Amino acid sequence: MKLGVITWPGTCDDVDARLAVAKVAEPVALWHGDSDLHGVDGIVVPGGFSYGDYLRAGAIARFSPVMESVIAFARAGGPVLGICNGFQILCEAGLLPGALLPNAKLRFVCRQVDLEVQTTATPFTSTCEVGQRLSIPAKHTTGCFFGDVPSEQVVLRYAPGHNFNGSQDDIAGVVNEQGNVMGLMPHPEHAVDVLTGGSADGLKLFEGMARVPVA
Amino acid sequence: MRARVLIRPKAGILDPQGVAVERALPALGFGGVANVHVGRLVELDVEDEGQLDAMCRKLLANPLIEDYEIQTVTA
Repeated sequence: MKLGVITWPGTCDDVDARLAVAKVAEPVALWHGDSDLHGVDGIVVPGGFSYGDYLRAGAIARFSPVMESVIAFARAGGPVLGICNGFQILCEAGLLPGALLPNAKLRFVCRQVDLEVQTTATPFTSTCEVGQRLSIPAKHTTGCFFGDVPSEQVVLRYAPGHNFNGSQDDIAGVVNEQGNVMGLMPHPEHAVDVLTGGSADGLKLFEGMARVPVA
Repeated sequence: MRARVLIRPKAGILDPQGVAVERALPALGFGGVANVHVGRLVELDVEDEGQLDAMCRKLLANPLIEDYEIQTVTA
């Protein structure tokens, strides 16, 4: 199982994403300017910044050469996980429903949040239980989710008192209709080791992704 | 030709920038201000103005959360 992690010039969470992937699969570094996916079985679109996030976060990155391949890979059923800026890019690319707006209080926030698993019918959360709480760090300025999403596509919600960005219906993570593309604002790749991440709960999403049967 | 694209948050979409400005104005003594919204302005020279709408839909605005208005600028 090879999982690719894409890097844009402003990406800063690709290293942690590759370290997280390395716990469950073989990480492969992918470059935004290279449309070759190097035979990976799944793709992580990590967080950070891309093209200065000018215009709207992810709006320009979504047209990078690698994204054409990611879109084709996702449409063919391949698992894709977008985190933070990666979530924004996947929304802009039309692979996920909704959009991310500036946080309700217009501030950058960095804190540990509790998320509640809403469904285990996705590869990513197949390792969890419905209602299970995951403690994962979040850090962003543009993470207020907005969009019409059927409840079965809502994978994670902020636990009561943890919706710090004003997201509609406490939505923290969604999947596409087919269930193979997931995006979330908090950072599971930073929570794969209790020593540094506050918990290792984030690892569950990567374990789930690595269990996806290869098409 | 010169064009100007005005991009605004759609009605009903959370607009914290507009709210912040609306609260700041009375604090400076400007009363009677309501419905403040903050958007973006893109000015550009284009050879084919027929492409402007597609540019807006594909890149300049996100139609899910933003409305856009194209104006042509006469010198």
